[in-house]
Amino acid sequence: MHFVEDALAEAAVIAVPLIGGNKGPADVTRDVVGALDARPSPLWWGGLAVSVSALMLGSVAIAYQMAVGIGTWGLNRTVGWAFDITNFVFWIGIGHAGTLISAILFLLRQRWRTSVNRAAEAMTLFAVMCAGIFPVIHMGRPWMFFWMLPYPNARGPLWVNFSSPLVWDFFAISTYFTISAIFWYVGLIPDLATIRDREPRTRRSKIFGYLSLGWSGSFRTWHRYEVVYLLLAALGTPLVLSVHTIVSTDFATAVVPGWHTTIFPPYFVAGAIFSGMAMVLTLMLVARKTMRLEDYITQRHVDAMCSLVILTSGLVGLAYVTEFFIAYYSGNPYEQFAFYNRATGPLAWGYWIMVSCNVMIPQLFWFGAVRRNLVVVFIVAIFINVGMWFERFIIIVSSLERDFLPSAWASYRPTSIEIATFVGTLGLFFTLFLLFCRFVPVIAIAEIKGALRPAHGSHPAHDSYSGYSEDISPEPKSI
Amino acid sequence: MSGRLLVGVFKREGDVVRATNAARHEGLDIVDVYAPYAIHGLDRAMGLQHSRIPWVCFLLGLFGAVTMTAFQFWTSAVSWPINVGGKPWNSLPAFAPVIFEVMVLCAGVGTVAFFIWYAGLRPGLQSPMSDLRVTDDRFALVLRETGAFNRSAVEALFKRFHAVHIEERGDAA
Repeated sequence: MHFVEDALAEAAVIAVPLIGGNKGPADVTRDVVGALDARPSPLWWGGLAVSVSALMLGSVAIAYQMAVGIGTWGLNRTVGWAFDITNFVFWIGIGHAGTLISAILFLLRQRWRTSVNRAAEAMTLFAVMCAGIFPVIHMGRPWMFFWMLPYPNARGPLWVNFSSPLVWDFFAISTYFTISAIFWYVGLIPDLATIRDREPRTRRSKIFGYLSLGWSGSFRTWHRYEVVYLLLAALGTPLVLSVHTIVSTDFATAVVPGWHTTIFPPYFVAGAIFSGMAMVLTLMLVARKTMRLEDYITQRHVDAMCSLVILTSGLVGLAYVTEFFIAYYSGNPYEQFAFYNRATGPLAWGYWIMVSCNVMIPQLFWFGAVRRNLVVVFIVAIFINVGMWFERFIIIVSSLERDFLPSAWASYRPTSIEIATFVGTLGLFFTLFLLFCRFVPVIAIAEIKGALRPAHGSHPAHDSYSGYSEDISPEPKSI
Repeated sequence: MSGRLLVGVFKREGDVVRATNAARHEGLDIVDVYAPYAIHGLDRAMGLQHSRIPWVCFLLGLFGAVTMTAFQFWTSAVSWPINVGGKPWNSLPAFAPVIFEVMVLCAGVGTVAFFIWYAGLRPGLQSPMSDLRVTDDRFALVLRETGAFNRSAVEALFKRFHAVHIEERGDAA
């Protein structure tokens, strides 16, 4: 018996700790809350200034196209979907990594997720907000967006068409946003209480105290809380897969060559997690540096995220090859032409940017030296973000530009209004993220404290898992 | 339920788990344990039952799925059938995505709402032990002083498990 315990204790010591600096629970509270109290760095102010400027530019562009109409876009009769839908799919995809980290990795008991899940979930929320803007504008009369809801109305009642992927999309995106927001808030409640108790009588304490719903740390509540958290993770996991599956059916149920393929759902989900992981890496490397969280976001976290990038990059690469093979093997001339055109036609430059950014450059993460150089990791992550944006653009525009009838062929260029709208969503995303870093604990304090156990103080894990019900001996056992 | 409360504050997770376990074995009335994070194994030490929340979640999900199936059938095939591309009015496979989304929405939102209501969490509520740093780095075991409660024996039990602070409180819980 003692051998087993000694071996377990030794293993706990040898394993590299997730959190650096041999910290106790009080240190975690101090570090995370301290990061909120510290004066923002010039880098933060600079970032905020740029982001808010971009947001203002986007707001002006959106106001303009709402007033004038979406004729301000570069669309034509052949290319009816382009920049707008590209950006929608791009942002939704980014959101998916947050849910992967918060729900799927929770179910898989990947404990490294505790350091990044709060920020990744926030990223999900902000990305879905950005995504939602595009279809709403695309409706042409955005003030009538509530017509998407199947409510009893004076028009018949005329119901929405439940067989349409666009209606599925509406339900998927709104459910996804609601569940992500709730998941994020539930995770936040204990941390809000920690800040409330730490500094009675400040204004922040009052607001957080209200939002913490009187959380007292009662274990009877913790016990139920854990169950609720697990249930939300179990619901979030199939949800995130369903959302991008449904997004992909927007294309896959159409007859356009290059869209009409059954590979789209898994291909889109893998691409979404790939692009989102790159965005998590981008944001975490910045947050780590500017918020001094080096002990919480360590090389182990970067390594784990790089591994996921390699995996999903491989999946995306496999999908690219499969699409070409199936086009060749189907014997369908339209399908064959669509892919031949993708790699050699007028948008070939975009296609090859996509392949090099998504399949070739991420292979650098196989090398430990690259993963340890965080500047290089950051640059690679940016390349992936660019590559994944191009993936959606190429899929959408290159397929539409060259459809069945050569007489209908056309080309597409975004207008300044469309570009300004996209820049505006980038501004919204980074503005919200920078504000989040200042006002909300970026690290899940309570979860980190739970993950400290092997390194900290006693050895309760052994007691709680090994028939302790007979054990009421007062003295701590070995070690 | 009356009687005063005796609170033992501990510094280490292992101590509070063992102290709770010992208190339960001695038949003391455990009101609650306050902790900054969810301690694994403490539910067994306190003798807590499995939560019934998964059943609530399941029933809410079932409700969402059944309701949405019926609603889609009614709108598409009964209330105002519209021929879209010659597809059957009652095209169940096409209803699956929305059924799934509404199931998840009902189950997720409903479970959290039920939890908040059932755990008695309310905006503006005072938390009883927050001055003991139980949301920072301390663990508090709260016992109720009932009839045959031997105060000195309980204090000795707390001390045996390295309690750093012992105090008596009115029944706030």
